[in-house]
Amino acid sequence: MNSSDVAHRKAEQAHGGAASLEFRDVSKRYPGQEEPAIEKLSLEVAAGEICVLVGPSGCGKTTAMRLVNRMIEPTDGEILFDGRSVMDRGPAELRREIGYAIQQIGLFPHLSVGDNIATVPRLLGWDKQRIRSRVDELLELVSLDPHDTRDRYPAQLSGGQRQRVGVARALAADPPLMLMDEPFGAIDPINRERLQNEFLRLQAEIRKTVVFVTHDIDEAIKIGDRIAVLKKGGKLAQYATPAELLMYPADKFVEDFVGSDRALKRLALQRVRDIDLWKVAFARVGEPTREVRAKVEDADLPIALLLDDRKRPLGWLSERGLQGERVEAELRSPAEPVVELDDILRDALSDLLTNETHYAAVVDASGQVAGVLSLEVISRFLHAAPTESRHGAELVES
Amino acid sequence: MSLLAPIAQVEIRERTGESCVADNGFCPSWIADNYDRYVTPFIEHVVLTVVSVSVGFAIAFTLALIAHRRRWLIGPIAGVTGVLYTVPSIAAFFLLQPITGRGNLTAIVALVAYTLLILFRNIMTGLANVPAETKDAARGMGLTDRQLLWRVELPLAVPEILAGLRIATTTTIGLATLAFFAGGGGLGAQIDAQIFFKSNVVVAGGLAVLLAAAFDLIILRFQKRVTPWQRPAVPA
Repeated sequence: MNSSDVAHRKAEQAHGGAASLEFRDVSKRYPGQEEPAIEKLSLEVAAGEICVLVGPSGCGKTTAMRLVNRMIEPTDGEILFDGRSVMDRGPAELRREIGYAIQQIGLFPHLSVGDNIATVPRLLGWDKQRIRSRVDELLELVSLDPHDTRDRYPAQLSGGQRQRVGVARALAADPPLMLMDEPFGAIDPINRERLQNEFLRLQAEIRKTVVFVTHDIDEAIKIGDRIAVLKKGGKLAQYATPAELLMYPADKFVEDFVGSDRALKRLALQRVRDIDLWKVAFARVGEPTREVRAKVEDADLPIALLLDDRKRPLGWLSERGLQGERVEAELRSPAEPVVELDDILRDALSDLLTNETHYAAVVDASGQVAGVLSLEVISRFLHAAPTESRHGAELVES
Repeated sequence: MSLLAPIAQVEIRERTGESCVADNGFCPSWIADNYDRYVTPFIEHVVLTVVSVSVGFAIAFTLALIAHRRRWLIGPIAGVTGVLYTVPSIAAFFLLQPITGRGNLTAIVALVAYTLLILFRNIMTGLANVPAETKDAARGMGLTDRQLLWRVELPLAVPEILAGLRIATTTTIGLATLAFFAGGGGLGAQIDAQIFFKSNVVVAGGLAVLLAAAFDLIILRFQKRVTPWQRPAVPA
């Protein structure tokens, strides 16, 4: 176990839980503007879920987020944070309980990384010792070396490091709710994907309630447990899980917004284990041919897969292998490509297409055959109702 | 001969010294002999400068904090301090005398008036240059307006504020050489006392220049110390 595992454990033990959030008929109008910025927005975010607010620019997604910590005050309606109206408390007091991370990060250039992260704990009056150990713990949590980073100034960090410090700072007082406004928006695509993955890993551990704003539907689908699609004037077009959103867009606007490749996007959400695979006839060398033929009759595929004695695929059996009394090792084609149960469906499909084949054997983590994935299986899946697969949870398992 | 030689030398030295002084020339020996007559004017000059810049800074800082919260005041304050700044300094030293009398007070009031525009504008610029996202993040984390000002905005405005302080100090040291018109003493009075004597003018003027350079260096040093975050990046 390395030191960062220890830090993760500690964070898990220390974490102050998550709070629910609810918008009730919330509206925001600016004087002199005809269109409201937010109109009668109602949505609930369960504790520990990531709610992504997504939409084109000017749809009010950032406004909606800023209403939560009273950076903007609503004109109408109510926002309940942990069952309590946000208007019940003073803005400063409320904000110290809600993590806040923005695209431009907004680190204090005149303070060291450690002092930046210590901002809210100091406001809350934590003692020095507690702050110091919390800073180191958080730096490890966001994959930065405390000894190397703690005393540096923000100007001495790379963009990705600054972004991590921003997230660590938002998490410092272990808030039950996090607001994140395009936190990875200014990062190059490669680092962005890495930060997204890191964030999902982090979230799998700390399980905060998160309101995440982005204009990027792919990011929304990847990050969100639920996605709120907003359209101009702050109207909620649809609030659904990523799979539902891709499968049943509520209207033309959402359909256009999720893009014409929404079928492929759904494949990116699912793993091979999530779908009903084809049954296949197994054969072993020396097995009675008659039995294998009978199994082929029952299977979805008219050929048998030859396995070794540990149930690992050797290849597809040819007709000649079945001509004698007993099965012989005569292959029509090798087992390649082989996909794994944990593979993302889109990657598995890509494997099939690159290998110019319609089907492939699927194996589990130990290499044993679990079934067959075929183009028809994938196509059938895309026409079926979305399953309630939570990719976040699966990341923890794997 | 060996006994007479020192006496002869003294005589020669005195004679050349005398003729140099009589010619109002630049006489190192005279300077060496008369250095102590500059001590008091020099100290007066330092006091004038330090008091004027300190008082000016206190006023400008207060005005800046008020204008920072009430933005509509920026224009009027900049206007008034601007007018003060454009009054010819000699005129100010005379004009104030009916009100404040002859002496230090008049000199200081005038000198303070000249620092206000520079200091006020630099403090406002420093505060205005604090990045919006830094302020947004600070508010979003629950800093009150007061905490935002003292913990974030002012520390980040330090480079501009100290730049203003350097200009104001240098300007004040220069203007204070005219403070004797108001009866404020200083190196200017010493220059005026023997204005045609080169040695005197060079020493008194030179001391003013050295003083300005010294203050500039001190403030710059101070700035480097209090803004370690502005130093170039240390290699990773």
